[in-house]
Amino acid sequence: MSLLEVRGLSKAFGGVRAVANVTFEVNAGELLALIGPNGAGKSTCFNMLNGQLTPDAGAIAFEGQSITGMKPRQVWRRGVGRTFQITATFSSMTVRENVQVALLSHHGRLKSLFTRACDQFVDEANALLERVGMRPQAERPCSVLAYGDLKRLELAVALANKPRLLLMDEPTAGMAPKERIALMALAADIVRTDNIGVLFTEHDMDVVFAHASRMIVLNRGELIAAGAPAAVRADPEVQRIYLGSRH
Amino acid sequence: MSPDAFAVQFLNGLASASTLFLIAVGLSLIFGVTRIVNFAHGSFYMLGIFVAYSLVTRIGDSPFGFWVSMLLAALVVAIVGLLVELVLLRRIYQAPELFQLLATFAVVLIVRDATLAIWGPEDLLGPRAPGLKGSVDILGRQFPTYDLVLICIGPAVLAALWFVLTRTRFGVLIRAATQDRDMVGALGVNQAWLFSGVFALGAFLAALGGALQLPREPANLGIDLVAIGEAFVVVVVGGMGSIPGAFLAAFIIAEIKAMCFAIGQTTLFGVSFSFSKLTLVVEFLVMAAVLIWRPWGLMGRPGAATRNAAEIEVPLKPADARTRKLGWVVLIALVLLPLVGTAFPYTIVLSIDILVAVLFATSLHFIMGPGGMHSFGHAAYFGLGAYGAGLLVKQLGWPMEGALAAAPVAAAVGALIFGWFCVRLSGVYLAMLTLAFAQIVWSIAFQWDELTGGSNGIVGLWPAEWLSEKWAYYYLTLTLTVAGVLLLWRVLLAPFGYALRAGRDSPLRADAIGIDVFHTQWMGFVLAGAVCGVAGGLFAFSKGSIAPEAISVGRSIDGLVMVLLGGIQTLSGPVVGAALFTWLQDLIAREFQYWRAALGFTILVLVLAFPLGVAGSIKRLFVKEVA
Amino acid sequence: MIKPFPALFPAVCALALSIGLIGSAAGQAKPIRIGEINSYKAQPAFLDPYKKGMDLAVEEVNAAGGINGRKIEMVIRDDGGNPGDAVRVAEELVSREKVDLLAGGFLSHIGLALTDFSKQKKVFFMASEPLTDKIVWQNGNKYTFRLRASTYMQAAMLVPEAAKMKKKRWAMVYPNYEYGQSAVATFKEQLKKAQPDVEFVGEQAPPLGRIDAGPVVQALADSKPDAIFNVLFGADLARFVREGNTRGLFKGREVVSLLTGEPEYIDPLKDETPEGWLVTGYPWYGIDTPEHKSFFIAYHKKYSDYPRLGSVVGYTTIKALAAGLKKANSTDTEKMITAFRGLAFESPFGKVTFRAQDHQSTMGAYVGRTTLRGGKGEMKDYKYYDGAKYFPSDDEVRKMRPAN
Repeated sequence: MSLLEVRGLSKAFGGVRAVANVTFEVNAGELLALIGPNGAGKSTCFNMLNGQLTPDAGAIAFEGQSITGMKPRQVWRRGVGRTFQITATFSSMTVRENVQVALLSHHGRLKSLFTRACDQFVDEANALLERVGMRPQAERPCSVLAYGDLKRLELAVALANKPRLLLMDEPTAGMAPKERIALMALAADIVRTDNIGVLFTEHDMDVVFAHASRMIVLNRGELIAAGAPAAVRADPEVQRIYLGSRH
Repeated sequence: MSPDAFAVQFLNGLASASTLFLIAVGLSLIFGVTRIVNFAHGSFYMLGIFVAYSLVTRIGDSPFGFWVSMLLAALVVAIVGLLVELVLLRRIYQAPELFQLLATFAVVLIVRDATLAIWGPEDLLGPRAPGLKGSVDILGRQFPTYDLVLICIGPAVLAALWFVLTRTRFGVLIRAATQDRDMVGALGVNQAWLFSGVFALGAFLAALGGALQLPREPANLGIDLVAIGEAFVVVVVGGMGSIPGAFLAAFIIAEIKAMCFAIGQTTLFGVSFSFSKLTLVVEFLVMAAVLIWRPWGLMGRPGAATRNAAEIEVPLKPADARTRKLGWVVLIALVLLPLVGTAFPYTIVLSIDILVAVLFATSLHFIMGPGGMHSFGHAAYFGLGAYGAGLLVKQLGWPMEGALAAAPVAAAVGALIFGWFCVRLSGVYLAMLTLAFAQIVWSIAFQWDELTGGSNGIVGLWPAEWLSEKWAYYYLTLTLTVAGVLLLWRVLLAPFGYALRAGRDSPLRADAIGIDVFHTQWMGFVLAGAVCGVAGGLFAFSKGSIAPEAISVGRSIDGLVMVLLGGIQTLSGPVVGAALFTWLQDLIAREFQYWRAALGFTILVLVLAFPLGVAGSIKRLFVKEVA
Repeated sequence: MIKPFPALFPAVCALALSIGLIGSAAGQAKPIRIGEINSYKAQPAFLDPYKKGMDLAVEEVNAAGGINGRKIEMVIRDDGGNPGDAVRVAEELVSREKVDLLAGGFLSHIGLALTDFSKQKKVFFMASEPLTDKIVWQNGNKYTFRLRASTYMQAAMLVPEAAKMKKKRWAMVYPNYEYGQSAVATFKEQLKKAQPDVEFVGEQAPPLGRIDAGPVVQALADSKPDAIFNVLFGADLARFVREGNTRGLFKGREVVSLLTGEPEYIDPLKDETPEGWLVTGYPWYGIDTPEHKSFFIAYHKKYSDYPRLGSVVGYTTIKALAAGLKKANSTDTEKMITAFRGLAFESPFGKVTFRAQDHQSTMGAYVGRTTLRGGKGEMKDYKYYDGAKYFPSDDEVRKMRPAN
């Protein structure tokens, strides 16, 4: 059984088909890249997976159970973490507090009215920050972080509920080349040690070919190729509509 | 009622709609571009009619002179508006969200007293418009000729604005800025110039609306608040920033009102009821209905996030040793106060008012600051607490202690119901829906004579015997206020408070880590409402009476002023703001004849000196940058 | 009034008190302190002249040697137009300023809040201006006296003349709050008694200060009344009158209107003043009783302006207090109450009495017809209606007023 099974996923906006009948799987222990030119439907696809959008048709199953049409917070509770294309963090909190909130949520403690939040799950938060290399900045306000650091913080937050699947939307967008490699190496490391699955979208082909175990290609909402990076790269269709268009 | 009567009432409605549109459209423009909630807009309207009076009585004998006076009056006020923008608002664009509201509130106070000083207290009824003094026969009824002209002026202004907005560079920039303010800056346009221009244009339109009323109503003090209330409703119902929306909303509201008068006294379900009484609150009923049905108004769009130019607040921290020490000192001083109070008995009286204000403002800050839900109708929960307690004493004969204990329950029930609707919205729409609910509660208290005592309110609500001494009541108030404030602070530092702030900072991320943002905000709303209800109950028994003013817009605005004055980004902000504002108001009202203006100027000085609020700015001096 | 350091005085007083020096200093020379509370900035049109009248009276009383040798001294406060602040300044006046009694009030709900305050704190309160009947009836108490003719009295004064009109179909227009409602209720009830065949065909209650005059006037016209009873005042009245004139609402119809003859409300109407309305008011230009003449001359001399009704109320408030204090010869609250019960005193309108049964004064009002003279609104054919004749029976009053 695959970790995530997507069958016939479709979504249209006002008659325009953004995603049409897309079917794929994500397995534990792999980094699956979802690529495609601008407007191919990657973000729409992503947003349906974590519940931000409701699909018009199709089914999404996580660990064999349907999560179709669930709200993002329900999907998250099942064990799916997510990072965003434009980082979404809590700017009025410190770096550690961002992670603590996720941990509190994971442990079902957010309804507590009187305990002091900043004293809770400090060690776990520190460990997560350590893992993404943000431990030294734990006390800083999130609002002053550099962009690359925010991306890493998001990753730490996404890991707080020990997800089995991680959805990363453009994880390296806006980062310097060196940072990109470091971040994806970190993701690859997490996949390996925790045996989780990662689905990510990416513009930078160098990043994709360097890290993806497998890739799928979307064009105009349809899935046009899937397979190992080398095979996909050789696919003439992909070369024509995707790689060709880049140059 | 005959169809003819309805047809003529429809025309009446059109004339009112034109006026409403003129007041509202400027406000919509100003908000759309600058994101300033301009309370002074009604003052511009009022100035318009007063200046027009002065001009018309001098040069308005001929039709030419009359219409020139109208335009000149609007121009004069546009210059006043320009000065307000240049001298005042320009200096505080970097302040936290809504802070500019404080400055415009001060302008309202100053303009009111300036108008009184210049034009005197008497109502000034201007002459009729030359050439349009009479009436024409429509369906056997005499219809004022001037009203026919007014009916045409509304659409004419709409057309003129449409032309400016679509065919001129200035207009294109206004539209662009309404959609994305930062983009305009990025295009290399001088934002400051654009803001000033729009502000002056808005003031011009408001003043024109006022001036054109001169043949219909006397220039009088007090129309500023009437105008601002109606303008806000029209703007929000139409959709902030949408000019056709404002026109449509003005039309709908004016027509509904006209029809209420047309229907008049009717018997419904065997009960005789005058529909004209409904006009007290009908615009707010319309607003509530529209916002529930269409959260961005009739023709508004889901707003671009208001990107705030201000610095993001520093993370909340539990009080450090030094702050705790300060807190203890303040608390001990408050506990000891009645000992010196025997020599200065009024100190205790004033302190009770201050403490009630502190509790009120802190509960408002709870949802406004960390909750990110700007409530313009927090007085509703104050009023529900006060009336709830009052009614239990008067109608059910409860003892005062029990009634006071029930005050937060009454307020929480109200917050539970209203919050469910309000929390779904955001930004100014949320603010205006809270206001609409507050107005609805107010109008019920105001109208339901048998239960609430109507406009006179409920009297005879005094504390129980053991609390009848002022110092005893002071200790009760102190205890409940300190408990309430500490409770809210504690909750903010607890996981629930973090969830609340998470929902404000990034609803997207909050949802993605399993936080039910709606539910969290809703419960936050209810908690704040309950604490506010305690303040209301304390207020009622300290005054011995409760009247509809306790739920009025004025009290809601006082709350906003307190929170913003103290600093919305600081926990101690509402405490400092409430104490300062209450104390200043008491002091200034006693010492100055023109106390409104004096209070306004004091607020302006504070606004310019402490752009983060008093507590916020002082804290900035002591707390080193964490980064 | 000699008051060299008004701002310092309370402070000195408080200081002196706290060191315990004062007691022995209190002798005959100690002034009587009157705390006065009003909505000066919220209702300036009425209260500016009110304050002038009050100042004039204080000057006169003190120039005549004060009250049994003691001068009177005013401590005036603005209530910001809301009862919460009014009660706070009342507390301030009582506790810090140590005033001997309270006076003032314009808006009914503030008047009521102060009435209840006086009962709770056992302070003497002279409600000068607020009109609501409840101050002396439903919410009346032994500490509160009221000077001005109440809503009931004023409405009742108009009824006999209204009944003489023999009009069958009546429409009502009034501001939507307690004053408007109770005025209309009283008028309807009394008119029905005087003229059983009367019919009430329309009722318009626009919000106070926010009348939409066009629709209101037309709706009234469409109900085809023979006569109209109006309770609107201030800016609402001006809007209503202009719109009504333009639309011919008043043509061929009788209008009976409360307070409209008061200079505060008729003066702003200028050449718009309607002809022939039956109104209560204050025709200062034509009252030639000696009491009024001397008041008028003194007022005009001091301010170079004519008095408004507010001036009369302010002036009379002080004169009434002076008379009562003289009779009581004490500022002890109980003694003051005893003295004021049944107290007769002189006012610009003639002799007035505080009724012992409900503490309402018998101060009346002028009833007449409006007319336009030289582009200004005035009253004509007016007559003074003594308030003493326009009360419900003592039995009814006793039923309404709580015993205490």
